[in-house]
Amino acid sequence: MNPLSCPLPLTETETVLSGHGSGGKLTAELFRSIFLPAFSNSILGRMDDQALLEIESARLAFTTDSFVVKPLFFRGGDIGSLAVHGTVNDLAVGGARPLFLSAAFILEEGLPIATLRRIVTSMQEAAARAGVQIVTGDTKVVEKGSCDGMFVNTAGIGIIETTLRLSADQARPGDVVLLSGPIGDHGIAILAEREGLSFESEIASDTAPLYSLVADMLETRATLRCMRDPTRGGVASASNEIAQTSHVGIQLYEESIPVKPEVRGACELLGIDPLYIANEGKLLAITAPEDAERLLDAMRRNPLGTDAAVIGKVSSENPGMVTLRTSFGTTRIMDMLANDPLPRIC
Amino acid sequence: MKYLDEYRDSQMVKRLLEKIRRTVTQHLVLMEICGGQTHTIMRYGLDELLPPQIELVHGPGCPVCVTSTSILDRAIEVAQREDVTLVSYGDMLRVPGSKTDLLSAKSRGADVRMVYSPLDALRIARQTPERKIVFLAVGFETTAPANAMAVWQAHREGLNNFFLLASHVLVPPAIRALAGSPDNRVQGFIAPGHVCTVVGCRDYEDLVQEFRMPIVVGGFEPVDLLQAIAVLVTMLEEGRAAFSNEYARSVSYRGNIEAQRILAEVFEVADQPWRGLGEIPQSGLRLKSKFAAYDANQVFALTIPEVEASSVCISAKILKGLKKPTDCSVFGHSCTPESPLGAPMVSSEGACSAYYQYRRHDLVVIQ
Repeated sequence: MNPLSCPLPLTETETVLSGHGSGGKLTAELFRSIFLPAFSNSILGRMDDQALLEIESARLAFTTDSFVVKPLFFRGGDIGSLAVHGTVNDLAVGGARPLFLSAAFILEEGLPIATLRRIVTSMQEAAARAGVQIVTGDTKVVEKGSCDGMFVNTAGIGIIETTLRLSADQARPGDVVLLSGPIGDHGIAILAEREGLSFESEIASDTAPLYSLVADMLETRATLRCMRDPTRGGVASASNEIAQTSHVGIQLYEESIPVKPEVRGACELLGIDPLYIANEGKLLAITAPEDAERLLDAMRRNPLGTDAAVIGKVSSENPGMVTLRTSFGTTRIMDMLANDPLPRIC
Repeated sequence: MKYLDEYRDSQMVKRLLEKIRRTVTQHLVLMEICGGQTHTIMRYGLDELLPPQIELVHGPGCPVCVTSTSILDRAIEVAQREDVTLVSYGDMLRVPGSKTDLLSAKSRGADVRMVYSPLDALRIARQTPERKIVFLAVGFETTAPANAMAVWQAHREGLNNFFLLASHVLVPPAIRALAGSPDNRVQGFIAPGHVCTVVGCRDYEDLVQEFRMPIVVGGFEPVDLLQAIAVLVTMLEEGRAAFSNEYARSVSYRGNIEAQRILAEVFEVADQPWRGLGEIPQSGLRLKSKFAAYDANQVFALTIPEVEASSVCISAKILKGLKKPTDCSVFGHSCTPESPLGAPMVSSEGACSAYYQYRRHDLVVIQ
């Protein structure tokens, strides 16, 4: 036995790890090292949640997302409603009014037709609520064991009617950070359903289409810089992406970040930080300081933003980093996660 | 939230800091043993709020960090066998052994599963009698009783496909090794509250007598830790070496008798290797001979030795409180949580990892 036993470093991985799907550091690394060089173009290079397409005088937003959530049904939603909301929200945070979706299904041999019907009905209801039509699709079946019930992919197109340039590179020192409501509901709702983690919980997923909230915000004519729906990786990862892309520091105020008591309780038990947990119906916005109050009022008037709050500000200090000011007045780093605390959350 | 907010109350924190400030007159080196305590100190910046005379150094109390590479290498080796399912807690799966980690082994086809309790591992063993279920069990006195219970239960049920690959470490022998070391700087210890909840306080009283050094049991919230520090500072300033339990809402003097009983029935104390510290006499637990049929080391003849140390890593000095993570030349450069060079960077509760997560840059405080 050596008295000073230390591990050797693990360098690059040779295989895909579950952390590559976390929406954190490993996902970003995969994007930068594999996808971006291969598909290299300026639209993809903006690294926003949606692609901005300028076709003659029309400005369109285009996005896609795959859903592998486990279990298929959970309190507050299911894989179908999630697949609609996830994609329309990626369009909405680009300032686009969602119009059309595609839906592609990968089904496992043996999946009950009743289950499929229930999920498809839920998708249609979600699409109607979001004001979009599902206009094209695809179905593939794989042998039993090759997927877990079903996976869904959706892609969406929306039209951008605002003249604002909303992008992760637009945040400026002095700007204000707004959040539309309490965080962590979706991730905790899914965890509560997971096998092996049977804790009783009334927490429902917050899955919802965000465009009505975005429309109310755009109507104020506030100088919005950037919006994100903080899904995988949570508010912490979304803020880090903006801080890095805009080369600014973002300071969040721990005491101002809304978290429901039952979500906080579950997070304490499980030892996870709500700032890293996925949301499916929340919006993070960066705005010019002079418009923050007006924008906050507009958000609070919409049912999706009644608990909206100012949670931080943008600074020229600590560029590329997100810092958190604690209730004791100390400051710490709020990093992007390297690994996935909760795989297959969406 | 009750039982939580009052221990994070900023007025209470202010009062305790004021008390400590009034009491302290000299430079004092205090060590918190548990990684959970280190994490709270870093997360809330308690070390920055304390008067400059008080130096907090961080102990070896992160069980994931101090698990030896040879145990991890054995887990990875046995996981790759055709008929074996390796089961463990989520945070163990990404801890690197000498070459790779269990998650990477899983991505290459090994049957590796995550559970939240050793009893889940037993359930898998019952459901898949054709496979051999190896449960990788690590931890301090806190997790050992549940692992003991799993073996005891398997024995009672006559399950013959459940095996324990264990690395259990004990806190008092580690404190003894640190306090008795010729280069020790620590003047007072904050003992780990959860460990004491299980084993009680007697061993710590003995250590106070043995080393004439104050030991205070502390909890895991900011108010708990500052309360423990305040008591230690008062004792040191008065020149007293005493024991005190400042986590009485969880810790009783005798501890959890039932847990101690099952521990004594299934395990016996043995010499134990600690990653970063080396072998410490009588500082671990191994299965008693009665339960040898459940010992994965024996059943699978696992004999992978410990690997050589990285020459640049100063983790032994950090775990002994002689150096801070930021004193290390590779901290945050070639040693990060994604590719750790030493024990304290391995798990999120390790001292280097806590510094990396919360403090790796000199932050400008924005008013």
